[in-house]
Amino acid sequence: MSVIRRTISTPILLTLILIAIALIAVAAGSRPFNQTVIDIFLRVILVVGLYIFIGNSGVMSFGHIGFTCLGAYAAAWLTMPPMMKQTLLPGLPDWLMNTQLPYWAGAIFAALWAALWAALFGKILMRLSGIAASIATFAMLAMINTVYSNWESVTAATSSVVGIPIIRSIWPYLIAAIIAVIVAWLHAISRAGLALRAARDEPTAAAASGVDIPKQRLIAFILSGAVMGMGGALFAHSIGVVTPDTFYLTLTFTTLSMLVVGGIGSLSGAVLGVVILSSLIQALRWLEAGVTIGTTTIAIPNGLQEIALGIVMILILIRRPAGIMANSELRWPLSNPENVSLKNPGENPGNKPTQQGVSK
Amino acid sequence: MQTLFDALSLGSLYALGALGIALIFGVMRLVNFAHGDVISFSIFALLWPSTDAVAIVFAGELPWFVLIPFVLAMGAGLSVVSEIIVFRRFRRANPATMMIASFALGFVIRYFLLMLFSSRPKSISLLPALSQPVEILGARIPLLQVITIAATIAILFALTAFLKRTRFGLEMRAAAENFTMARMLGVRANRVIMGAFALSGALAAAIGLILAAQTGTVDIQMGASVMLMAFIATVIGGLGSLPGAVLAGFLLGAASVVMQTVLPIDARPFRDAFVYGAVIMVLIFRPQGLIAARGTKERV
Repeated sequence: MSVIRRTISTPILLTLILIAIALIAVAAGSRPFNQTVIDIFLRVILVVGLYIFIGNSGVMSFGHIGFTCLGAYAAAWLTMPPMMKQTLLPGLPDWLMNTQLPYWAGAIFAALWAALWAALFGKILMRLSGIAASIATFAMLAMINTVYSNWESVTAATSSVVGIPIIRSIWPYLIAAIIAVIVAWLHAISRAGLALRAARDEPTAAAASGVDIPKQRLIAFILSGAVMGMGGALFAHSIGVVTPDTFYLTLTFTTLSMLVVGGIGSLSGAVLGVVILSSLIQALRWLEAGVTIGTTTIAIPNGLQEIALGIVMILILIRRPAGIMANSELRWPLSNPENVSLKNPGENPGNKPTQQGVSK
Repeated sequence: MQTLFDALSLGSLYALGALGIALIFGVMRLVNFAHGDVISFSIFALLWPSTDAVAIVFAGELPWFVLIPFVLAMGAGLSVVSEIIVFRRFRRANPATMMIASFALGFVIRYFLLMLFSSRPKSISLLPALSQPVEILGARIPLLQVITIAATIAILFALTAFLKRTRFGLEMRAAAENFTMARMLGVRANRVIMGAFALSGALAAAIGLILAAQTGTVDIQMGASVMLMAFIATVIGGLGSLPGAVLAGFLLGAASVVMQTVLPIDARPFRDAFVYGAVIMVLIFRPQGLIAARGTKERV
């Protein structure tokens, strides 16, 4: 299996980066910083989930946070104590009302639940491509949000669902993030991933060579839906509260920005985009709280954090329109010219580097 | 009758928004997510920076014939400035990068407003004379709705005349159809793009004015919801097609209002879900939009 040998350095390096971040959190030992690191891992899961579909298919999707919403509520339904469910969510069916699963089992079912809906929606949506597909996925997100914001008896409408067990340890999040990276990598080097990237770069040639484009897109859509669902479940466990609006436009754009800034067609880009932008956000937050140098405290005014973030994102995109990693992956050893020239895992070294594949 | 006017005035808003987005998309394939924030900005330009709940109006005291051009100019100005500072550097970037850049720009504008004005909605009485109802064919319609519809129709006619009769309009249409070809034939790219941004910004400001006058409040998020619908209207109308954008805007407005009255009471909270479902259906049967623009078809 030479494809595995040639590309395995990418997931290993990314895993090491994630473990390093976790170790920093352990070494720092402060509770707020712990939460920051958990947030980073959650975003890694979500952005890698986005990458599985957007990166490989080249179709921009605004709808994936909808699956996160489905996953988060599924986790709430499955892991909340039955007593709380009776008062908050009286409309749940009896069998669901009386189950209370441990968080990891809840996350697995949440992933499956999200994947099921991804399959249903994907079956219809994957026939579209380009900007029409993007808008259709956005319409899907809006539909999910509308339903969850109004279905009082099972989602408590727009008020928050509380009582989801909170997991404060960073390890489950680390493991889930690593699982997401490995799933993304396995899909990228699989037959389906290759076919999908071929369809992204040269749709006509791929279709002529027997690639069933809607089918390959559907596979990636379901897989990324599952990852997003898992991320949603863990998201719910990290804060203990879910509302439909947590999983709407703001989160959609935050995660998409991280993917694009990192490099839309690269798994390493997805992870690094999260790490870089999250560190930036954290640094700006510290600045906002005030940094003491000697006797003077320097603090930037409130609200400047977001403005600075936006400006930095624009600057990064001006310098590197294809994202920080462009289409390349982190590899080991970095000095090997043949490996460096690989633009995507599993592609022939002789291939011409392809430009970004988001269809017009 | 009331329903008809509701549908028309809501549709007018969406149509104006969709036009603003379609104009820019036409010339530079940019899906401008900052449009909603231009809407908010141009109306906040009327207010003095403060965090109080009641807006301190400084330019709002002006008579309407100064006030309206002032707001339109603010929108157009911001839009042109954003083109010069930001979007000019993305001429050769792919659409996804431009889209995220426009989103980041909108983010900057929104938090800039937030810093100056806080996130609380502010009450503002803008052109209060317009909220009185008038009687048309036995239905009491707020005068503002009538003016909204009339103004939209006037804007549409003016814009059509501009695009069809003036040299600049001709250049813009040529650029929308085939940008490279238009440049080779002597159309100045930057001028056309700046013109498109100015028009789009002015349209955004018009929406801001109508919204502020309708609701009597201004808040930072007010542009966002109109922009989303406008964005959808642009796509189902056929990206880059101006008549398509207008038609789809009115259709969306009509669909929202009609579903509100037709759906059974239990399903009414889910109205938007039905509207979005309809959007997906339209896209599946006509992925290139209701009126497909030339030059945007996928070549497969």
